[in-house]
This record gives sequence, structure tokens and C-alpha cells, in this order.
Amino acid sequence: MSKEPHKQDYPHEEVRTAELTKPPVIGPGYTFGSVTDKIASIALSRRTPFGWFVGFGLAFMLVMMLFYTIAYLVFKGVGIWGINIPVGWGFDILNFVWWIGIGHAGTLISAILLLLRQEWRTSINRFAEAMTLFAVACAGLYPLLHTGRPWLAYWLFPYPNTMQLMPQFRSPLIWDVFAVSTYATVSALFWYIGLIPDFATLRDRAKKTAAKKIYGLLAMGWRGSARHWHRYETTYLLLAGLATPLVVSVHTVVSFDFAVAVLPGWHATIFPPYFVAGAIYSGFAMVMTLAIPLRKFYGLEDFITLRHLRNMAKIMLATGLIVAYGYMMEAFMAWYSANTYEEYMIKNRMTGPYWYMYWALILCNVITPQFLWSRRVRHSVPVLFVISIIVNVGMWLERYVIIVTSLHRDFLPSSWGMYSGTFWDWSMYIGTIGLFLALLFLFIRFLPMISIFEMRTILPQAEVNEAEAKEV
Amino acid sequence: MRTPRPTLYGVIAEFDTPTAVVAAARRAYEEGYRKMDAFTPYPIEELTEAIGIRHTRLPLLVLIGGIVGALVGYGLQYWASVIYYPLNVGGRPLHSWPQFIPVTFEMTILVAALTAVLGMLALNGLPQPYHPVFNTPGFDLASRNHFFLLIEAQDPKFDSEETRAFMNSLNPREVTNVED
Repeated sequence: MSKEPHKQDYPHEEVRTAELTKPPVIGPGYTFGSVTDKIASIALSRRTPFGWFVGFGLAFMLVMMLFYTIAYLVFKGVGIWGINIPVGWGFDILNFVWWIGIGHAGTLISAILLLLRQEWRTSINRFAEAMTLFAVACAGLYPLLHTGRPWLAYWLFPYPNTMQLMPQFRSPLIWDVFAVSTYATVSALFWYIGLIPDFATLRDRAKKTAAKKIYGLLAMGWRGSARHWHRYETTYLLLAGLATPLVVSVHTVVSFDFAVAVLPGWHATIFPPYFVAGAIYSGFAMVMTLAIPLRKFYGLEDFITLRHLRNMAKIMLATGLIVAYGYMMEAFMAWYSANTYEEYMIKNRMTGPYWYMYWALILCNVITPQFLWSRRVRHSVPVLFVISIIVNVGMWLERYVIIVTSLHRDFLPSSWGMYSGTFWDWSMYIGTIGLFLALLFLFIRFLPMISIFEMRTILPQAEVNEAEAKEV
Repeated sequence: MRTPRPTLYGVIAEFDTPTAVVAAARRAYEEGYRKMDAFTPYPIEELTEAIGIRHTRLPLLVLIGGIVGALVGYGLQYWASVIYYPLNVGGRPLHSWPQFIPVTFEMTILVAALTAVLGMLALNGLPQPYHPVFNTPGFDLASRNHFFLLIEAQDPKFDSEETRAFMNSLNPREVTNVED
């Protein structure tokens, strides 16, 4: 953990440090006890806030709609969706990519910002990781159901079978199976490992026997031993080091699903970095969308401070610019390639039947984030909230543009077609949003939504005072 | 049948600040105690050094896990695509190694991450529902805001009276015997 220089150590630099001093990552006056009690009490409280029931109830209704949709889908088949020939990939792949992308910010915050020693990640990493897990769960539903026979989905894995078949390892779709299942597993491990010391805290704080037993089981007998902490810290760092290349690889592999095909609009070498930046962009937007109401309703403004929101806004601006560069390069390469089909692809995007999607995308993803250059915008919580939602919509539109407008008119005009999502496409999409929110509501009710033990480490009194230690 | 008398597991001292527990651990190490442990609400690097923990085998295990994952991942694809189920796609080579990289990479990460987590739990001896130290009164605060230093009875230098007196000289909040 990096230490801010104390003012009294450098009196001649007092003016400069005053200018450079960053706003704190935690409000003043907290102790180990008060941080612990404040976060743990949200999970352990007997009284569930009324607002929670309203929010969870609404989300639960959407989950029921999702279950109904899935039941009908399995009964009738994927024909109830809008997919057709030539647009064989519609909402299912679109929403898969959208959800996976949202998940990426969680891993970025928990792993990459840990390696970069960004202390401010501490209060947002836990629920960002939860967000990752739930987003990956929603994402996983789409390819699973798109197979048409989800009960045979295990055929995607290589295993000895009586059909004597093996998956095609040269296909990006199989790479996807490995990438996404590894990503889900590693994210779950990272999340659970981070939770173990906090489970121990909840076990020790819980009043009810049932809560004590359940948290106790989950804590696995954690007792905060120095030997354990030593291995724990090593593991956490190693997992961060492993998750960092993993998160980059996952969206790279997702972009290969498109880039390896020969379709104009998909077949581009810029896809991997452009997809990864887009994933982080949308993920941070989603973290912001969730963090702003959470800190308000649970009074966590001292833990998730304005500095957190500003930093996230800056990351959104940076990744938004990378994404804008990606759009520019797509247009540039279409012209520079001097290829009729490539040229037509971009012309069709801008002026074809889906022109409004393309320009709405530019409005949401390229123009809106430019407001983040302004200090005043970065300091205004309601404006940040609105921008984060616009970016979420923009990233959905981006995948719509990439998938639908590339597929609907490819090479031969005789095989062109049109696509639009049906009622069932929308009910499934909105249903997964419900599933995501319902899981999040359960998470904030029963688990500590901020990492308690890591919050203790960023308190000023957590540092060992060497001068004092020598006196004893 | 007689209930066996509880045996002494060690002596534990309770402190209020991280500085106090680190100073106490350093003193105990200087005194010659080696079988020690400390219990704190968050990881303290100085404390790890103070009680004489030098390194852990974990990084090596994770490296081995990663290598095994890579070999298994690549081997699986080679076996499936070249030996078990060769598929002639326009005369292209069966051993198309660049296409095998993504899955090899993912398997490397997967096995390494599993090794890291399971290895950490195994080396720490978790899950372990019972441990004598949980008998310490007020130990539930070790997961909140109190810091504990334990000297085990197995330490060669341990003497129930002397060690207790030594612990009392460290300005602790309280010193108690931990029974097994």
C-alpha cells in the first residue's frame, strides 16, 4: 500500500502537497470496529429495508418472466426468436457479448487495479466481482439456449463418448466454451477467496444460530492466523496475476467469434483490442449505475466516495476514446481496403435500413462520454448516473450494429434480409436483467457488499508505527 | 470413563493495536520462542516477518499447476485433432498448432488458479471447524479490531509460568491460557 507523504515531513512542500492531495478513499473518523460494524450490519440486520422488498420483488417478477420464456423456448424451439437466414445470430449473441463485457469491469477492478496498487479499488471490488459473476451467469444462458437443445450442452466439452466425436478445436466457438467457463470458474474462486475472512467476521458477529452456522461453514474455520494471512495474500496476488491476462483473453476470444469469420464488418484485426476496451467501458458504466444508488440507499458515501466515482468516470472516458478509435478504424479500413464489400458494409451501416442504430450508437458511445472531460460533470453524481446508463445502452447498440447490420447484407444481394427482435427476444433480454438484479439484491442482503478486511487495511491506524514499536 | 483433563495448548495475549502486537511478536522472537502464531483482523506484513515466517511453497505449486494445465490443454487438442478424430479440412495440416493456443492458454490459467486456491486452503489446513484458539474468551474480536499473539505449549522454550509472566510484561490487554 502506498503512503501519502505526511505534510510535516516536507514543510517546504506544504503548498504543493496541499494542491496535490487527493480526496480520501474513506471518510474521516472510522475505526476497525466501526468499519466492521457498519458493513456487517447490512448483512446481519434482522430488519430488511422496505425498499429492498420492492426492488427484489420487481426483479423477481422479471425472473419469472425469464423462466416462462425459457420454458416456452424449450417447448417450441429457437424459431420463436427473430433469427433467420441470413441473420442467424441475433439477440442471443448480442446479449451474450453485452453481459460478458459488463462482467469485465469486475475483474479489472479486483485484479488489475490490485496489481497497480490502486487503493481506491478496495470499497468497490466486492460488488464489482459479484456483478461479474452474475453477468457471466446471464451471458452463459444465451449460447446454452441458442444450441436449441440445452440438455445436450455437454456435447461442447471434449469427453469420450459412444458417438466417437470430438469438438472442433479450430473453431472460436469452442475457444469460447473454454474461455467463458474458465472465466466463470476463476471469477467465482476470486470472489469466494476474498469473502472468506469476511465470512469469519460475520460468523463472529452473528446473533442467530442459523446465521452463525451458515457463515461459519462458509468461513471454513478461518481464524486470522498470521501464517494463513501470509499464504492468503500470496494466493490473492497470484490470482490477480492470473485473472489479468484471463480477462483480456476472454473478450479477445469473444471477438474471434466474429473476426475469424470472413464477413465484412467482422473480419478485422482491430477486433480484439476494440472489444476488450468496449468491455471495460460498459463494465465501468454498469459499476457506476449500481454504485450510485447503492451508496445512497445504504448510506455508504464515506466508503464509496466521490473520488471513486471520478476515477471511474476517467476510466470510462479513456476506454470510450479507444472505442471511438475502433469505430473510426472500421470506417477507415473500409475505405482503405478498396474492397467493394467492405465499402458497402460501412455505407450500409451509416445510411442503410439500420442507420438510426448506428447514429444512436455514435451519440451514446462517442459523443456522450466527451462530457466527462469537464470537471463539473465528473463531480455531479446525477449526471454521472445518466451518462453511465447512456453508455450501457450505447454498448448494447454497438453489438446490434456489429452483429445485425453485418449479417443482414453480406455479399450477394439475393441473400439479403432483415432482422428484428421478437417479443420473446425482448422478454428473454429483460428477464436476464431481472435475474441479474435479483441476484444482486440477494447478494447485498446476505453478504458484505464491501470487503471488510480490506477496508480495515486502508485506515490510517492500520499501519504499524515503527517508532512506537521500538519503544516497547 | 473419566473425561480427560484439558491439556494446555498455549498462552495467548490480546492487544489493541497492530503496533503493539508486532512489537510483542518481535520481543518473543528475540526471547527465543519459535512456535508462535498471531491472529489479526487483516494481514499485517511486519507481523509475518516478526514471527519468523519466511516464504511459502505456494508460488512454486501454482507454477507447476500452470505448466500441467498447459500440457494437458495442448495434449488434449493434439490427441483429439490428430490421433482420435482426424478431420481433413481441404488438406490442411491436422496439427494446426496456432489454433490450439487459446484453449491451451485458458487451461493454463484454469489449472493454475485452481492450484492457487486449493493449495492455499490445503497448506492452511482449511476447512478446519475446530481449533483450540477459538476457546479464548473474546476471540471473536480477532475478526473485528483486536490482535492476538499465541505461544504454543509445544515450543521447546515454553514454560507455563515463565511464558505467562513474559507475555504479561508485553503490555497486553489480557493474557489467558488456551486449552485444547
